[in-house]
Amino acid sequence: MILDAIVTFAIAIFLLVGAAFTLVGSYGLMKLPDAMTRLHAPTKVGTMGVGALLLASMTHAFVTQNGSFHELLVMGFLFVTAPISANFMSKVNIHLNNCDTTPDAPDDQQWCTLVQETHTDGAPADKSDTVQS
Amino acid sequence: MLAATFALNVSIWIAFAAISVSQLLAMWRLFVGPHTGDRILALDTMVVNAIGTIVVVGLYQGTPLYFEVTLIIAMLGFVSTVAYARFVLRGDIIE
Repeated sequence: MILDAIVTFAIAIFLLVGAAFTLVGSYGLMKLPDAMTRLHAPTKVGTMGVGALLLASMTHAFVTQNGSFHELLVMGFLFVTAPISANFMSKVNIHLNNCDTTPDAPDDQQWCTLVQETHTDGAPADKSDTVQS
Repeated sequence: MLAATFALNVSIWIAFAAISVSQLLAMWRLFVGPHTGDRILALDTMVVNAIGTIVVVGLYQGTPLYFEVTLIIAMLGFVSTVAYARFVLRGDIIE
């Protein structure tokens, strides 16, 4: 009985934490000044926010019916795909010039995501004027 | 136990309200822009918020049925984000 009450309070706290992180992430998406900093805030929604909500759901399932770890699949999927989609969106920002220009790469190297036709002084022919993305 | 159930109900409604407000904030960013990358990011955030909403709905109704829905929406959200970004980057999705 006491244990049930403690677990129910734990579910409530997980829910509040998830809701707070969701709200903070979306507020940051609205508030932050430029495109690359705006990329930072919604990661809180994906990891902490939905993570805590799924933790609450999993705890609730363990209390009321046969519990399962199914929700960990969603959590793991979100954790794995969040950096990939963030990488793609930052590439979009770089290519559309919505952010500061990237610094020069060291030595003779080049950033692999950028257009390479700006180098006319003996750039390798097989890599010139292609957009590696 | 009564206090705990009351706290759970109150926090479920607080979570609904917070997720709704954050969905509206993400929608504001989707309308305002100003860049394409911001709009893609806003759509991605809206998908994640929708996943959170469905998780809380499942908690509210006490059924485990909504788990598959969240998993499928998570996959579709990732694929659509990558497809938007690929379309902006390459002008084509499947080459």
